[in-house]
Amino acid sequence: MAGSVGLMASEQVQRFESVQMVRDGLRDLDYLADDGIAGVAYLADRLGKPVLVEGPAGTGKTQLAKSIAELTGARLVRLQCYEGLDESKALFEWNYKKQLLRIQADRGSDSWTELHDDIFSDEFLLTRPLLEAITADDPVVLLIDEVDRVEVETEALLLEILSDYQVSIPELGTIEAKQIPLVFLTSNNTRELSEALKRRCLYLHVDYPSMEREREIVLAKVPDITENLADQIARVVRSIRSMDLKKAPSVSETLDWARTLMLLNIETIDEEIAKETLHILLKYQTDIAKAAKELSVDE
Amino acid sequence: MSATEQRGMLDLLGGFVGQLREAGLPVSLTENLDAMEAVRHIPIEDREAFKYALAASLIKNQAHWRTFETIFEVYFSLRGPEYALDRDGEATEGDLDELWREMQDASQSGDGRGGAGSLDALTPEEIAHLLMQSLMQGDQALMRALARQAVQRFAGMEPGRPVGGTYYLYRTLRNLDLDGMLDKMMEAAAQQSVAPSTTLEQRLEREEFEHRIAEFKAEVEAEIRRRLVADRGAEAMAKTLRKPLPEDVEFMHASRDEMQSLRKALQPLTRKLAARLARKRKHQRRGPLDFRSTVRHSLSYGGVPAEPKFKFPRPAKPELMVVADISGSVAAFARFTLMLVYAISGQFSKVRSFVFIDGIDEVTDYFKSTEDITEAIHRVNTEADVVWVDGHSDYGHAFEVFWERYGKDVGPKTTVLLLGDARNNYHASQAWVVKEMAGVARHVYWLNPEPRSYWNTGDSIVGEYGRHTDGVYECRNLRQLESFVEKLA
Repeated sequence: MAGSVGLMASEQVQRFESVQMVRDGLRDLDYLADDGIAGVAYLADRLGKPVLVEGPAGTGKTQLAKSIAELTGARLVRLQCYEGLDESKALFEWNYKKQLLRIQADRGSDSWTELHDDIFSDEFLLTRPLLEAITADDPVVLLIDEVDRVEVETEALLLEILSDYQVSIPELGTIEAKQIPLVFLTSNNTRELSEALKRRCLYLHVDYPSMEREREIVLAKVPDITENLADQIARVVRSIRSMDLKKAPSVSETLDWARTLMLLNIETIDEEIAKETLHILLKYQTDIAKAAKELSVDE
Repeated sequence: MSATEQRGMLDLLGGFVGQLREAGLPVSLTENLDAMEAVRHIPIEDREAFKYALAASLIKNQAHWRTFETIFEVYFSLRGPEYALDRDGEATEGDLDELWREMQDASQSGDGRGGAGSLDALTPEEIAHLLMQSLMQGDQALMRALARQAVQRFAGMEPGRPVGGTYYLYRTLRNLDLDGMLDKMMEAAAQQSVAPSTTLEQRLEREEFEHRIAEFKAEVEAEIRRRLVADRGAEAMAKTLRKPLPEDVEFMHASRDEMQSLRKALQPLTRKLAARLARKRKHQRRGPLDFRSTVRHSLSYGGVPAEPKFKFPRPAKPELMVVADISGSVAAFARFTLMLVYAISGQFSKVRSFVFIDGIDEVTDYFKSTEDITEAIHRVNTEADVVWVDGHSDYGHAFEVFWERYGKDVGPKTTVLLLGDARNNYHASQAWVVKEMAGVARHVYWLNPEPRSYWNTGDSIVGEYGRHTDGVYECRNLRQLESFVEKLA
């Protein structure tokens, strides 16, 4: 593996032919992309750059990476970020136990230099998601989820792989990518990411969908729902989002609500039903009380 | 793309990036190069895709999006085919007529206005009627045509006239009476529906109409912009239309729209600030030497204290007292500061707040009783007893009463924040209160929302108070406020 030569970007197979193709492809997978999403995915492929996807929770950021993987027939390699993530969990780690066994197995037979070279070879290397993504032979999509959760210092771990698609291991040298994977980073924007990271990425902000798009998402994701009900759901959700709440309902909560209404055999939403099922859309008691009050009182 | 075309494109892009930078958006060299690479893959004719491609490579912060969009619209407004203007700056008449005819064919309304061949021939009443219909049906094409027509007819734009776009916008909208339109639309909708609608339905309908009216307004605005660009050129326009970033908007001069974007910007900001402060606190690892623990651990080294152990640090959280002037001119500033302070109140051991105009009142309880900061602020504005004589700022009296009533609660752990422009309406300053306060409290800071150059002019006596404090800070915008609060906690 050491010294393996990666393909140049120009030799890279282009996954998408046009923006329209990305959009249609995603639509077939029940992921409804708007202009921005499809355009950025297409660009990411053409420019060979990672995409930083930012936006409120529950708007389909992770799902985007999954759907793109499915669309391109690639394997999804996922790195879930958390506070305290380090090199040995993200990049690679030496398999100490195996190294120890190797040393003990032929005690006294090998010379020191041979043994030294031997225990720092591929066989004793445990690949973690980032290394795995660039050394894979099959096509992969790398998803670095919730990157805003790691400390600022840890972000630096990602920089080499994001800009040059390579990993430097002191004992082995530099491992370059066999192919340039599509990379998605997601962030809930709980902190400002470093300039260095942002500069290396294309930036995509995924916000709550427009009413029309949300209606279509409901229609696509909830089987057997009538158009009328989907329309009403989208309208009520838009209305609730316009209120001043702690946490506005996300798309996934909209879908949960739609499914609940289906289970309850409800054809049209009136105030009573809306109020009774609000707790599916909203998760804070103060929000629920506020929304219930505003929905029943016309201003 | 031919070589010359590509050169042209690069020049165009270079100018655009220059405009972005001048507006205060940080665009680095690599990002600029990315954008140039990106436009090779996306044709400029596909305007939306082109815009998103540029945004993806140039803009890395959602708060900058609106600024970007405005500059984009101005800079590229004359370069898309569907926005073509002919030489004298008027919208191409042929398009409009065609649109109009199509519209008539489609609706077959026949209620008397079928004879009018073009939008130009309509009376203002008919335009208003048509607009209402198009808004109710959500007819995008007609709305756009009407926006053009309205601007052409009502804005009274003259080439070379040195007025801003807002003036034209105001003139156009005044003639259309959009606020009255909403009520009329609601009435008409109520008449059309068979069954009386419930309040929920009404609410949803009203919101739909409001949404469409907002769309229409945006369309009018865009049309005015296009015409202005045609008149003055993109570069000049980009300068005048530039909107400050939310964090640079001045509290004292913010318009209603800007206030809203400020409020939106405040929430993620407080979240980030809280996370940053918590991290800062945690990262200051080393407390004083823990002698017991060091000796205990030395046993495993044969009694040699090889590994010094430290106590877990417990940095004291400051106790905060906010004393804010909430009279008209500085009310917005006080509101934002209070919101910010309460949003990160976990970083302080105790927060108490007082508001005054010429009388002073404690409002801590409003924030305690509810989790909703906006509601608490609303109660502060409506319920707090802050008027003593005439409702004009009197810092001297307010401070005096504060010291008399609450002075005993100020202790060596307390940090006092005084907020206001110190425009005392020539009352007695009573600066001795601040002096005594500074003697007892840990820190006393003064935050002034006025530009530094205005300080101590007219009836502003911030210097007189500031002398006794640990520092007077200029807090004109969110950025300055944020950096101060970070320093404080």
